[in-house]
Amino acid sequence: MTDTGPRLVRITETPPCGEMPAVRAPDERQPWIVRPEGIRALWWIFAGVLALTVLAELLVDLHPEFGVDGWFGFHAWFGFLACVAMVLGAKALGVVLKRKDTYYDAG
Amino acid sequence: MLASLPPGLILILGGLLLPLLPRGARPLLTLGAPLAALGLVWALPDGVALSVDYLGYRLDLVETDALSRLFGTIFALMALVGGLFALPQKTVLELAAALVYAGGALGVTFAGDLIGVFIFWELMAIASTLVIWSPGTPASRRAGLRYAFMHFLGGAVLMAGIAGHIAATGSIEFTAMTADTPATWLMLAGFLINAGAPPLTAWLPDAYPEGSWSGTVFLSAFTTKTAVYVLLRGFPGTEILIWVGLYMVFYGIIYALLENDMRRILAYSIINQVGFMVCGIGIGTEMALNGAAAHAFAHIIYKALLLMSAGSVLYMTGLRKCTDLGGLFRTMPVTAACGIVGALAISAFPWTSGFVTKSMITQGAADEHMVWAWMLLQAASAGVFLHAGIKFPWFVFFQKDSGLRPTDPPWPMRAAMIAFAALCIGIGLFPGPLYALLPFPVDYQAYTGAHVVTQLQLLLFSGLAFFILLPLMKRTLTITLDWDWLWRVAGPAVGRAVLRHGGPLWSGGLALARRRIDGLIAWTAATHGPYGTLGRRWPVQASAVMVALFLLLYLMLFFLWP
Repeated sequence: MTDTGPRLVRITETPPCGEMPAVRAPDERQPWIVRPEGIRALWWIFAGVLALTVLAELLVDLHPEFGVDGWFGFHAWFGFLACVAMVLGAKALGVVLKRKDTYYDAG
Repeated sequence: MLASLPPGLILILGGLLLPLLPRGARPLLTLGAPLAALGLVWALPDGVALSVDYLGYRLDLVETDALSRLFGTIFALMALVGGLFALPQKTVLELAAALVYAGGALGVTFAGDLIGVFIFWELMAIASTLVIWSPGTPASRRAGLRYAFMHFLGGAVLMAGIAGHIAATGSIEFTAMTADTPATWLMLAGFLINAGAPPLTAWLPDAYPEGSWSGTVFLSAFTTKTAVYVLLRGFPGTEILIWVGLYMVFYGIIYALLENDMRRILAYSIINQVGFMVCGIGIGTEMALNGAAAHAFAHIIYKALLLMSAGSVLYMTGLRKCTDLGGLFRTMPVTAACGIVGALAISAFPWTSGFVTKSMITQGAADEHMVWAWMLLQAASAGVFLHAGIKFPWFVFFQKDSGLRPTDPPWPMRAAMIAFAALCIGIGLFPGPLYALLPFPVDYQAYTGAHVVTQLQLLLFSGLAFFILLPLMKRTLTITLDWDWLWRVAGPAVGRAVLRHGGPLWSGGLALARRRIDGLIAWTAATHGPYGTLGRRWPVQASAVMVALFLLLYLMLFFLWP
């Protein structure tokens, strides 16, 4: 997921705690979860868990309230599609309403 | 006698006393006052414990029932743990104002009459403005001023409503009302302004992120949740609140998705979460009202926890934008872990507090067969995981490494975060004690197989959507225009235009009018003046001729008329 180009954010003002934070040592060893093989493994684990939550539906008594929520895997695809719709909706709104974050500073 | 003291008074007096104490003694009062208030909340018997006569009215300063005890408990607890978190804060003004602010919230909670509610309501507005101002930066000064204007407007609307209500009914008692007269509409509007309802939503994400690293933690807890409390007591089952709540829920998600400032993301998600509560109050069944009250209790804890986590990052790095952060999990494990617990709780992940409280609101919608409200609430629950549950921890603690290696914050801040994280999980695992505190008896089982499985499906597939759409979520150095554009840009622009064009127009018009009036006066003087045609003296002969002429006219008419 993360691309690994080294980035170093510069801090210009002393933070409230009174001292500058340390920065990455050049020879720092990266933890497993951000290494490419770790990220691949995490995706596999995530996919497995997703499949399990859908299959677990067969083992429980669903007692749907409205009918539509009794369709197989309703909450899975409903959640997924709702999120896609919200992200795209936000993007569309952003096209109209986004401004530079210094927008209000001028006035 | 001691047991009838208003719990809020202890915090207010404590806050006023705090700046006078030597620096070393202040932590004692910062923690002692909320602890005493918490004890007092629990010592109060049901019913009216203290009333005073004021301006011909009998004010019930302390009136206790299950609902006020629930909110009193969480407000006092919040002041205590928030105070612990803020111990390294050097600005005494902020801590003092925060104590008074919490005292105001407790005052509203225990006020049995509308006048008492109003007095403490305004006290909160003043104290919270001071909390926003305490960092002393130009940005916080301006944001605090905008915040104060908005809340004094809300206060004026509320006062107008209260005055109208008292004039119409003669009663100052604060009890359940129906919004069917102008006075009750005004009161409802005054309450909703503090809840962050449309169209005046923008004061919240505008002002809260300008507080200090610790100030925003206090700000998140009291104002909006006091509004939830008064709506719960004053307007349960008011149908319009369902739609107001649904608007707030989606507004919070959409704007949080577009936001780059980590604390502004959390500020938008306050509106989102309060939207769930307002919606529950609108549904108005015992299940939904219990859900709204319980969700407010859980929300104060996990939202404070999230803002403590963000505040710790701000305290250690001075950075607040997602574009500057990332990769901090390596050296801030406690902050990251507590932030993740808060993020899971706000997303109503099973085994956290949000799961056992928010589901009562959606269950309330389902019980009433409100299929649209239920669908939208479910979609919004998925959206909460998207914008707060994953987005916040991902962009702050993971994503692309910032190269910064700050350590975890000092022990008081760590202890406060761990305490609230433990509560998030504790309430999630053992909801019984919280359910016992709710205003109505609870007949609800959160942990059914179906509920856990469907909720996991909903949340985990939202997570899948997040990571698949990650390229679309890339943070940019932008803000998103909100309703506050109307009073930050449009209003001043209209004002300047009026000044620029209205001035010349006005003076030009005035000069023209002056000339016209001068002309009128000159004309009148010319005709009616001492030498004017109509004003001057006429010789007697002329009068005689005139009379003779009139006589002639009269005689001719007399003879000639048929």
